[in-house]
Amino acid sequence: MSKTPLLDQLESGPWPSFVTDLKRIAAKKPQVLDLLGQLERSYQEKITHWKHGGIVGVLGYGSGIIGRYSDLPDEFPGVEHFHTMRINQPSGWFYTTAALRQLCDIWDKHGSSVMNLHGATGDVIFLGCRTENLEPCFAELTAAGWDLGGSGSTFRSPSCCVGPARCEWSCYDTMEACYEITQEMQFDLHRPSYPYKYKIKFSGCPNDCVAAVARADLSVIGVWKDDIRVDQSAVQAYAGGELKPKGGGAHVDKLDVQADVVGLCPTYCMSYDGKTLKIDDRNCNHCMHCINMMPQALRPGTETGAAILLGSHAPILEGAQLSWVIQPFMVMESPYDEFKELNSRITEWWAEHGKNRERVGELILRLGMREFLEAAELPPAPQQVRIPRANPFFFWNQSDFDAEAKGRKYYQTEGFDVE
Amino acid sequence: MGISKEELVEEIFQMVEKAHGKRKLKASDIWKDMIKKHPEVDKKIVQDAIKTLVDAGRCVYTYFGGSFVEIPHEEAAAKH
Repeated sequence: MSKTPLLDQLESGPWPSFVTDLKRIAAKKPQVLDLLGQLERSYQEKITHWKHGGIVGVLGYGSGIIGRYSDLPDEFPGVEHFHTMRINQPSGWFYTTAALRQLCDIWDKHGSSVMNLHGATGDVIFLGCRTENLEPCFAELTAAGWDLGGSGSTFRSPSCCVGPARCEWSCYDTMEACYEITQEMQFDLHRPSYPYKYKIKFSGCPNDCVAAVARADLSVIGVWKDDIRVDQSAVQAYAGGELKPKGGGAHVDKLDVQADVVGLCPTYCMSYDGKTLKIDDRNCNHCMHCINMMPQALRPGTETGAAILLGSHAPILEGAQLSWVIQPFMVMESPYDEFKELNSRITEWWAEHGKNRERVGELILRLGMREFLEAAELPPAPQQVRIPRANPFFFWNQSDFDAEAKGRKYYQTEGFDVE
Repeated sequence: MGISKEELVEEIFQMVEKAHGKRKLKASDIWKDMIKKHPEVDKKIVQDAIKTLVDAGRCVYTYFGGSFVEIPHEEAAAKH
């Protein structure tokens, strides 16, 4: 009879099974047999047998290693120590085959051979290292040009979509930005100095393929300022069925431009008379739906950059929250000084005021967006208003009251798109 | 003339040593305290001093639901 009947059930479905993978690895790594045994035990008892965290690490670093011990070491000695190592991924997860083989060889030599591509922050995850093997593994990784990623109360390894490497919609070079910020933040990445974790993700366009709006404290999402570029002849080709919607990936072969594009525009800023597609770009909210449906007819504008959003996190009590626009548009070009300075102001304010285990988004909810905007030296902008009539961010200073007494009116249209 | 880097390193070490077993200190607890005591130093200087202690193995970063700076010790989780 099998020693792991519950786990065996996970091999029975139509999908690839991690249990099958682990059994294959167990043939050459006996500690993985203990891993399966302990997991089966957890499934039976409905309780974890891992002890988490602690003191383990490599000299000089305070992140990248996550301590993991079994609370059943006598029964499963192979997983007595089963620490996790996070390896900082290359931008856009582009590897050569040789690089992947190199990682696997190092891990086969020093660890359990169990790995995960990739963790939530994008790191390569090595699962199952004994304490005495951490330093040799780290030494071999760094000699080969790799580095550990972030863990604990640090800046976590930033990640990005593939950007201009494979996508014509990318509004800035996500991979370069990700690399530059990774280098800039080396101290904060390896040495915990924040109240809690802090993540940045770079998406090249509002399709947000790395889900930056939901998964990063600081979400950098590509956007354009000018008009969507329209090729009217290609629009006609879509309408006539010569071009397939979504590059052939839609549920229909022939696009109904009025129903499938214009009718689904969330801001109703488009119209189509059967010949010409018109877009009121001032009212476009850059949702990307029309561009996704007709990629050969519509393209983002040419005045490109990124919208900066802050604060997404998923705490248990309040529930998941999306990031909040703090700067509607920023030019994202090397050396990214404006972005680096803004990021520095954000982390300084958070480090100063944040409580232990309080994410920057939670701090904003506690102290208010108004206080944050003042600290980050960001001017109030209409795009920052997430809930109309609830958070308009008027900054009342004594000078305002003085000016009012002298007859100044509150309403001003200067600097805003108010007609 | 303010506090030297060597003196700052020693003062931080003593602070961490004194807190050992009683209170876990975050890096931010240390730099806030040091800046209060020595207004001439800034956060970066204190962080570099912590780095000096960690690089020398006199202090370690630990993780117990958050990251802390502590004196090296055998952790309970490693014992069985």
